[in-house]
Amino acid sequence: MKSRLYSWEGLLLVTFLIIFAFNTITQPQFLTVSNQINMFQLSIEKLIVVLVMAFIIINAEIDLSVGSMMGLSACAFGWSFQHGLDPALAIVLCLAIGAAGGALNGFFVAYMGLPSLVVTLATLIGFRGLARVMVEDRGITNFPDWFDAIGQQGFIGPVPFALVCFVIMFAVAWIVLEHSGFGRKTYVIGSNRHVADFAGIHVRRHKLIIFTLAGVVSAFAGLLYAARVGAVRGDVANGFELDIITIVLLGGASIFGGSGTLVGTGLAILIVLNLRNGMSLHNVTGHLQTGVIGILLIASVLGPRLQWPRRLGAARQR
Amino acid sequence: MNKQSLLALSPQLLRILALVAVTGLILLFFATQIENYLNGRLFNRISSSVAVMALIATGQTLVILTRNIDLSVGSTVGFTAFAAGSLITLMPDLNPALLVAYAALLGAGFGLVNGLLVAYASVPSIIVTLATMALYRSLLVEFSNAKSITSESLPAWLVDFPNLPVISIGDLQVRAGFLVAVTIVFLAHLALTRLRPARRIFAVGSNPEAAAMAGIDSRRVVLVAFILSGMLAGLAGFMFLARFGNITVVAGLGFELKSIAASVVGGVSINGGSGSVIGAFLGTILVDLIDSSLVRWPIVSEFWREAVLGAMILIAVAVDTLFIRRLDRMRAARAHETALAQQGAKS
Repeated sequence: MKSRLYSWEGLLLVTFLIIFAFNTITQPQFLTVSNQINMFQLSIEKLIVVLVMAFIIINAEIDLSVGSMMGLSACAFGWSFQHGLDPALAIVLCLAIGAAGGALNGFFVAYMGLPSLVVTLATLIGFRGLARVMVEDRGITNFPDWFDAIGQQGFIGPVPFALVCFVIMFAVAWIVLEHSGFGRKTYVIGSNRHVADFAGIHVRRHKLIIFTLAGVVSAFAGLLYAARVGAVRGDVANGFELDIITIVLLGGASIFGGSGTLVGTGLAILIVLNLRNGMSLHNVTGHLQTGVIGILLIASVLGPRLQWPRRLGAARQR
Repeated sequence: MNKQSLLALSPQLLRILALVAVTGLILLFFATQIENYLNGRLFNRISSSVAVMALIATGQTLVILTRNIDLSVGSTVGFTAFAAGSLITLMPDLNPALLVAYAALLGAGFGLVNGLLVAYASVPSIIVTLATMALYRSLLVEFSNAKSITSESLPAWLVDFPNLPVISIGDLQVRAGFLVAVTIVFLAHLALTRLRPARRIFAVGSNPEAAAMAGIDSRRVVLVAFILSGMLAGLAGFMFLARFGNITVVAGLGFELKSIAASVVGGVSINGGSGSVIGAFLGTILVDLIDSSLVRWPIVSEFWREAVLGAMILIAVAVDTLFIRRLDRMRAARAHETALAQQGAKS
C-alpha cells in the first residue's frame, strides 16, 4: 500500500482528489451528472486519441499528425456526404483514410528510418492540407439525423455514444498494453530498440501497426467530432495534438519511451478535465487554462526531481 | 558530375547546392505556368516574408543542432511583437535601437527560462517548450487584456522600415528588413563555421559524451542556444510588428512548426549535430516560394498549398536521408579499398 502511494500514479491520484474536492466544495453545480458528462463530452475526441498516443510515446515515437487526421477524416465525411455517398459507406471510407494515413507515417518511420517528429510534422501539414482541399473554406452541415444523434444524444441513459466508446477503448487499451504480448513488446521496443531487435521482435512491423492504429483511432475520433458538432470545417481539431501529448506526458510516460501506464494516463485525463472544468466554472478563460496546464506539465517532470523524496523521483524516472 | 568529385564535396555543400538547384527548378517551372511570374515583385514579396521567418529558423536551427527543439518560438514572436507594439504606443518618441533591444531582450528572457529548465533541470526540451508555448501565449492573452495593436498607433518610421528599399534594380528592391535578416543569417553562419565557442554547439549535438570528455560544458552550450533562439524570436517579433502593424493574440501562431519545417527542409538533422543556418535559410526561401507560387497557379486551387507543402517536406527529408546514407556507404567502401590497397603495397 505504501509503495503504491509513493508511485507516480499515487501522486496523480492525490492531485486529482484535491482538485476534485476543491471543485465539489466551491462549486455546487460541479458534482451533477450533467456537468460530469458534459465535462467528458466536451473533449471526448481528444481523450480517445490520448489512449493510442500513450502507445506511440511508450514506443519512443511521437505522432504530431493526429489532430490533422481527425480534421481530414471529418472533412472527408463531409465531402462524401455532400457528394451523395451513403453515410455508412462514408464512415468506412474515413476509417480507411485513417488507416492509410497512419500506415504512411508508419512506413516512413519504421521502414525508412526517418525520425517520427519530422515525418508526422510533415503529415500534420499535409493531412490538414488535404482536409482543406476537400471542404475549401466552406462549412458542411445538415448531416442525417441519426448521425447527429450519435454525437448529441444519450446512448445509454444520458451517457453519449462517444463516452461509452471511450470507456470500452480504455479497457481494451489497458488490457492490451499491460496484459498482452503486444503491450510488452511496446515497452521493450520503447526502452531499447536494439535489444528488442535481438530478442526477435519485429520492431518495424510493430511500429507500423501502432502508427496505423493511431491513424484509424484519430479518424474515428474525427467522425465523433463531426457528429457532436454537427458540422465540419477545414480547421476541425486544429492544434489538438498538443493537448493530447500533454495529457500523455502528464500521465507519467517518458518522452524517451519505455515507460508510462494507462492508469497514469487515465488519472492525467481526470486531472486535466477537472482542472479545466473547475477553472471554467470560476470564469477563468481558455487561454489561461492552457497556461496552467503548461505549468503543471513542467512541474510534473521537475517536481519529483527537486523537492519530493527521492523515491518519488525514482517513480517518475521508471 | 562523376562519383569521385561528388565524394570530394562535403554533404553540407551538396545539400546547399541541391537546395539551390531545386529552388531554381521550381522557379523555372512556375515561370512557364504563371504569366508575368519572374519579376521584381516576386522577389519583393518573398523576401519580405522570409525576413521574419529566417530569423526564427536560424534560432530554431541553433537549438536543433544541440539535439533539442524549441516549440515556444511562435508564442515568443507573438508576445514580443505585442509588447514592443504597446511600448512604442505608450512612448512614441522612443529611440528605435531601444525598441529593438527591448524586443530582443524580452525574447532572450523567454529563451533563458526554456534553457534553464532544459539544461539545468534536465527536463526534455519537447516537454519544456510545449509547456512554455502554452504559457507564453497565455501571458500574451493576459497582457493584451483583449486589446490589439493597430498600425495607426505605430510611428511611421516603424511601419516603413521593413519596406525601405536599400538597393533598387527596376522593380526589384532589396528591402531593409530582408537585409537585416540576411546579415544575421550570414553572421550566424560565420560564427558557426569559424568561431571556437560556436563550434561547441556541433560538438554537443553530435556526441554529448565526447563533448563532455573534451571538457565542454554542454549545459551552458544548450542554455546559450535557447537564449539565442529566444532572442532571434524576439527580433522576429519586432520585424513582425513592423511588417504587419496589426497584432492580435494569435500573432505568430504556428510559427514553431513552420520554423522546424524550414530547418528540416534545409537539411538540418533533427537528431542534432548536423546542418547549417544557410541551409535553414534556403529552406525558408524554398517553403515560402512554393507557398506563394501555388496561390497564383491557376491550374490547382489554392487549397492544395498545405497538402503540397507537407508532401514536399516528407520527400525532402526522405531523399536527403537516403542520399546521405548512400554517400556514407560509398565513402566507407572507398576507405576500405584504400586500406586494402595500402596493405597490399606493404606486403
